[in-house]
Amino acid sequence: MTPVIPLSWYLLLAAALFSIGLYGALARRNAIGVLMGIELILNAVNINLVAFNRYIVPQQVSGQIFAIFVLAIAAAEAAVGLALIIAIYRSRATVNLDEIDLLKG
Amino acid sequence: MEITFFHVIFLVVAAFTLVCALGVVLSRNLFHASIWLIGAFAGVAILYWTMEAEYLAIAQIMVYIGAIATLIVFSIMLSRGMMLGRAPMNNFQSGISAVVAVLLFGILALVLLQINWPVVQQAITSDQIAQLGEALVSTYVVPFQTIAVLLSVALIGAIMIAREH
Repeated sequence: MTPVIPLSWYLLLAAALFSIGLYGALARRNAIGVLMGIELILNAVNINLVAFNRYIVPQQVSGQIFAIFVLAIAAAEAAVGLALIIAIYRSRATVNLDEIDLLKG
Repeated sequence: MEITFFHVIFLVVAAFTLVCALGVVLSRNLFHASIWLIGAFAGVAILYWTMEAEYLAIAQIMVYIGAIATLIVFSIMLSRGMMLGRAPMNNFQSGISAVVAVLLFGILALVLLQINWPVVQQAITSDQIAQLGEALVSTYVVPFQTIAVLLSVALIGAIMIAREH
């Protein structure tokens, strides 16, 4: 069927999701909270990619391919990020980003 | 513009997704935030489905809810004690972060409502999943292989980093 919902609705939703994720990533003190904000940002980007694919080049799948790549990178990023958080928690007994300053010298 | 059943579904799912996303960034308890995050992922999966991207909807549920959300819940439980307690949940820049986020949304909304997108009103006739599979092993084979290497490297690295010494 032809799409009935305007493209701009999806784009507005993705922009709102991106902004919420950005707030989470900037404002949280806890490293896991920051990671959750980043996941929201990646989801917003994926909505945009799929929406442009569906509405502008509906007979191709390039946008969906990009979304799949973003999905894979998000999985890798979550694994490495959480491993780092666990390692830091072991050595410093905190995941509070204000207190993690090993590299400040 | 006529409001149809599909518009109502979209609005309900969009509101659900945004409420869940707000729950992720605003809830005090990180464990609650991770539950909200699962809701937001599910909402996004339904949105993919409304755009007839069924493969991505399933992949979203399997990768984000099945793997990433589980991983996050596990890490929260492994580093507990720090989560619940005395420290405030936001850092000193939370006020300015809120302003930046609202401004960004305003600018994005202004820009994307002014652009005249070259929308093609067309039904999808081809088999998208077959098309995706073919594209992954022909046009996009190099990025596909690179992603495969990246995933293995990232997972081996994650094990090395998190291992007890």
